[in-house]
Order: sequence, then C-alpha cells, then structure tokens
Amino acid sequence: MITPEHQHSIPEQSSSLAEQTDDATEISDHGWNERYRIVTENLSVYFDSKPAIRDISLPIRVNKVTAIIGPSGCGKSTFLRALNRLHEIQPNARVEGRILLDGINIMDLDPTVVRRRVGMVFQKPNPFPAMSIFDNVVAGLRFNGIRKRTVLAEIAEDALRRAALWDEVKDRLRAPATSLSGGQQQRLCIARALAIEPEVLLMDEPTSALDPIATAKIEELIYELKKNYTIVIVTHNMQQAARVSDYTAFMYLGELIEFDKTRNIFTNPSKRQTEEYITGRFG
Amino acid sequence: MESGTTLSAGMRAERRLRPSRWTELRRRLANMVAMTLISLATVVVLIPLGAVLWYTIGEGISGLTWDFFTHLPTPVGEPGGGMANAIVGSGIVVGLAALVAIPIGILAGIFINEYARARLATVIRFLTEVMLGLPSIVLGIFAYAVIVKPMGRFSAYAGAVALSIVMLPIVIKTTEEILHLVPQHIREAGLALGIPQWAVVVRIVLRAAARGIVTGILLAVARAAGETAPLLFTALNNRFWHAGLDQPIATLPVQIFTYAVAPYDDWHRQAWAGALVLIMLVLVLSILLRLVVSRTTFDSEQ
Repeated sequence: MITPEHQHSIPEQSSSLAEQTDDATEISDHGWNERYRIVTENLSVYFDSKPAIRDISLPIRVNKVTAIIGPSGCGKSTFLRALNRLHEIQPNARVEGRILLDGINIMDLDPTVVRRRVGMVFQKPNPFPAMSIFDNVVAGLRFNGIRKRTVLAEIAEDALRRAALWDEVKDRLRAPATSLSGGQQQRLCIARALAIEPEVLLMDEPTSALDPIATAKIEELIYELKKNYTIVIVTHNMQQAARVSDYTAFMYLGELIEFDKTRNIFTNPSKRQTEEYITGRFG
Repeated sequence: MESGTTLSAGMRAERRLRPSRWTELRRRLANMVAMTLISLATVVVLIPLGAVLWYTIGEGISGLTWDFFTHLPTPVGEPGGGMANAIVGSGIVVGLAALVAIPIGILAGIFINEYARARLATVIRFLTEVMLGLPSIVLGIFAYAVIVKPMGRFSAYAGAVALSIVMLPIVIKTTEEILHLVPQHIREAGLALGIPQWAVVVRIVLRAAARGIVTGILLAVARAAGETAPLLFTALNNRFWHAGLDQPIATLPVQIFTYAVAPYDDWHRQAWAGALVLIMLVLVLSILLRLVVSRTTFDSEQ
C-alpha cells in the first residue's frame, strides 16, 4: 500500500542516494583510518561464556556523535563498556575481537591509559561521595599524580565551564558534590571526565535519570562538546538519538543490525527490524 | 454534564475503596498497639545500658579522686592510693594491640572485598567469623603458650598479642562489610577516569567508607579495652609502674578484677571507680573519633 508519506519520501530518498553510497563504502571499510577514532572488529563479549554481544564491527568517527539504540538487554551498554576496558573488573566477563583506538589495539595499552583517553559518563550521576565539588572534578588528575593547586584550580574551572556548570557552582566549590541536584551532578560527572582531556566520551544513557530540563541542558552540552570530542552515546530515547547524533547504530539481541547516518536510520532504514523498532512496533 | 458524570463515577470508585468505620477503627487500634510495643521494646533495650551507667556512676564517682589517677596502689591494708599504673598500662597494651590489629584488619578487609575471588573471599569471611566466636580466654591461653612460655615471663607484649587477636576479626568484618556497602558504580567511576585500582580503593572507596571503618575500629578498641580473661595469662598484673614492655604490666580490667574480689571496702570503691573510668574512656574515644571523621569527610586536602 502506498501511503502519502511514502510518496512524499521518494524525492528525499533519491536526493540522499549519492551520500548514502558514499557512507556505505566508508562504513563497509572496517579497517582503521584517520577519520575514525575507534574501530571495533568482530567485538564479542561473553559473561560466563554466554554471549552478550556478538561480532560487532563498528567505526566511530572523529568529533561526531554516534548513538547506539536498541531495546533493553540488547547489549548497548556492554558494547560501550568494552570500549574503555571496563569489563576487566568483572572476573566472569571475556572480550573477543579487536578495538582499535587511533589505530592501536587497546589491549596493547595499559588499561589506565585507555580509560584516560576514553572517558565515561554513567547512567546515574555518580559523583564520589565524601568529596567536594572541586575534589570530584580534579580526582582523575590528582590520583594520577598532578598535585599543584594552581594547575588543578585552572583545569577544574575550565572543565566546569565546558560542562556548563561553572556559573552554578563557582561560589561553592567546597560544598559536597552530593548537595547538587541530579542534573547538576551529571554535569559534574561530565566535567570530571573532561578534566583529564579524553579524546572520546562514552555516555551510557546519561539523561535517563534526569528531568526534561536537565536533559535538554545535557543535550545542548553534547552538541557543544562534539566540536572537540568524539562521543558515543547509548540511549533508550529515540528522539534523543535523532536530536543529538550524527550516526546511529541499532542493536538487537547482541547483534548490530544496522549502522548508518542518523538521518538515514530514522527516515529510511534499510532493515525491517530497524524500522519496526523506530516506529515503535517492538522494543 | 459529561464531566459531572465522570466525576461522580470517580467519586463512586473512591467511596467503594474507602474503608468502613470499623475497618478504620481497627487499623487505628492496630497501629497504636504496634507503636506501643515498638516503643516499649526500645525502652527495654535502653534500661540495662542506663542501669549500668547509673549504678557505676553511683558507686564509682566517690572513688574518682585526683589520687586515683596519679598514684600507684598502696600496700595492702593502707588506705588511699590509685590506679595510675593500670590506666597507663591499659593504654599501652590496647595501643600496641591496635597498632597491630587495625592496619592488618583493614588491609585484610580490603583484600576480601576488593581483590579476592568469590570463593577465597567466602573462605576468609567464614574463618573471620569463627575467629570472632572464639572465647577470649582461649586466645589468652594461646598467647600464653606461644609467647609467655617461650619468653619465660608474663609481658605487655603477650597481652598485646592476645588483645590484637580479639580485635582483628572485628576490624576485618566491619571493614569488609562497610566496603561492601560502597556502591560498585563508585569504583567504576574511578576506574573510568584512568585511576589505578589501588588508588581507587585507597583514595575513593576507603574515603567513602571511612566513617564505618572508624566505627569498626572503635568497637574493636572498646572490646579489647574491657577484656580481662586474655590478660590474666599474658600481661598478668603489676602493683608498680611496668619495668619494660617485656615485663608484666597492670591493666584496668585485671586491676578491677583483683580489687573487686578482695575483701577490702576501699578496694571495692576503687574497683568501681576503675569501671567508671573504663566506660568513660570508651565513651570519650568514640565521641572524639566521630568528631574527627565528620570533620575530615570533606576536603581532606585543605
């Protein structure tokens, strides 16, 4: 059945065809090149030898926002946590395949080096308890050996400004971090991640615990941050993926179903499952 | 009109769910009974504590003279004198024991919760619990066999060893339990910043758990300060200032015991005073440590 919408979408489709083929060659080219910050090759993660994600090959472009969407339990977070080797703290987790960070296999690097280059923001704001706002922001630096107060203060202000939190906390840097609101705490966590100057920022459903106003602030922030950082964001919220991301990967049951420019995924997905998920028919 | 009908439907539903007068009365009664029982139970729990304090203060306050804190015991039959040597001795023996038990206990607690694989952790946890259940007199006999016999004499060292074994499982257990309460996402947040695991544990997790760990230390110190049985076989007693840590040493609990079973009224009075001092020491120590922890919880660098 041809609906008016379908008819309407035909000219658009043809106009984006050229771009699409261009992307297709880029995306099928799984090897690392300088346009990609991270490339995963046949990445699988097992928990107790049960696979959580299987054979994910995904290129992540420099200074772009890549969104990962999919129903609960599809392995989005598992994928994200593989990128900064966070699975290693779980003895029952096993990672297979390769993850190239600027062309270097991250398993050849020290995990602390990987994590300094690939920062992370978690689902629930998790400032360090029993620490002030200032101490939270500089924790990553201080516990990596930078102790000069003037340096720390400078970096802290810079990180808080980039996280759009400075004006709200500049007069109470000594207050406990837990005295902030949820949205402020999440921006504090972003500032904390930015303070160590990562190249990549992983965001695991960063707004799912926040109200709409705080969410809007974080989304604006993501838009600002992608000028300087490569961002991978896991989200349950498809509108959010559509709003903030340049590329979108759709995962289902631990597998990568489709990966394309966000525009294409949301207007003209090539896989039936993607379309069904996006139109809300399942998930 | 339409909104009126939906409203009345809502009201009907509300009326249907509203409890009858009797149900409401029954619930209120049940609530009152439960509240009374809970309050009573709390009072019953507090009675022994209050009674012990009250009685000890009543009996002991008259013995708390300047002499009590500054003088040695007088020879038998001669009135006056004090327990200065026992107060200092308790401080020394408990201090030595704490010096050994607190660092080892905290490290062991960290190992169990942060580093050990699940099965090993379960085994150590179980052994700790067994240790916690050992009668303290057994620990005294152990220290007697292992230290007093080979050394050929009773000593402050032997007492400290016995007390450190009393303290160790308490420190391990509370440390481990408190660390277990620190949410996993705090560790992940630290690791995700590229902080090495040891620094995450020491600088972030321990800091978050500081208050609980201090409570555990207090429990252990209080328990050790009041132990008498392990000291009978190890530190023994001394009517004078101790002549070195490898010599017998007076301690408050043993001194209290000795005085309490003696047939002199003046000694009984002093035993009560000693008991009061023991309670006060523990009380003051807990208040002090709590103040210190609450002050350093934030901003330790400034």
